[in-house]
Amino acid sequence: MISNGTLCWLKGDVVKVTVRRLAVLCLLLSLCIGVIETSAEEFGAQSMQSSQQDEFVPIDQLDVEDQLPAAPLLVVAYAFAWVAMFVYLWSIWRRLARVERELASLANRTSDR
Amino acid sequence: MHRIFSAVIVLATIVFVCAPVFIAWAPYESTMGLVQKIFYFHLPSWAAMFVAAFVCGIASAVFLFRGRLISDRIAVASAELVVVFGLIGLVSGPLWARKAWGVWWQWDARLTMALVLWMIFIAYLLLREYGGPGSEKLAAGVAIFGMANVPFVYWSVNVWRTIHPTTNVVPTLVPGMRGPLWWSLVGFLLLYGLAMMARVRLETQRATLDRIYRDLND
Repeated sequence: MISNGTLCWLKGDVVKVTVRRLAVLCLLLSLCIGVIETSAEEFGAQSMQSSQQDEFVPIDQLDVEDQLPAAPLLVVAYAFAWVAMFVYLWSIWRRLARVERELASLANRTSDR
Repeated sequence: MHRIFSAVIVLATIVFVCAPVFIAWAPYESTMGLVQKIFYFHLPSWAAMFVAAFVCGIASAVFLFRGRLISDRIAVASAELVVVFGLIGLVSGPLWARKAWGVWWQWDARLTMALVLWMIFIAYLLLREYGGPGSEKLAAGVAIFGMANVPFVYWSVNVWRTIHPTTNVVPTLVPGMRGPLWWSLVGFLLLYGLAMMARVRLETQRATLDRIYRDLND
């Protein structure tokens, strides 16, 4: 026959063992998670590196959009600025010459009178 | 007057001819490379356009409130220059954008407002040309409205989220880029002054011609 005190002692022992087992289980679980996380990070870094390496495309194999040369755009921009200013100044000069010619002819006509 | 005009022609030619050399010496921008060099003509053209818009607006206000004819001549001369410099900016910008942004044009706040500003001055010139007698005063009102639009165009990049860079580009430029930019800016402003003098002279001569014809008719 088991006394009440023995039963209590047995229950306490079972609880202690269960707690110890749980602690060991937690420790193992956290270790596993740590190992998995570390390996996942390493794998991620490796795969990113390899994907970045895979993404490298030689300049002559780029899309047409990305191969657009800069020099013609630059030359056109500068040439347009020069031509626009030149044409505008020339147009002023032409208009001014026409008005001054007309003024001179009017002055001649009035002096003849 | 003739001496000043000749001096400005010589100076503007020297500055404008030397500008590409200094621009070629300027360092390459790290992300955009060669195409970024459009900046040295693009920004000064807009700066000259803004100056021209302010001159046109102020001269128009003086003409409206004081009735000075010389102010009207200055206004019409400056409005024409707003259109010329604006056109240079509107052409050089998309050429740069095509390479840097991958698109010729984007309907964002800065670009759209700049286009509207340019169109306001086109409207001013059309009004002057085809508006008939008395259109000078109506056009002067349009010019004041156009001038008021300039600060909005300038600050638009700081207020709205746009694809265009903000106004802090110039203060943060490296010293190698500042020199060519200021050189080009001086060149454009000299050209503006030169064209203004010639254009105002043209308006003055036209007014003289009109007066002579009126006197002859009377």
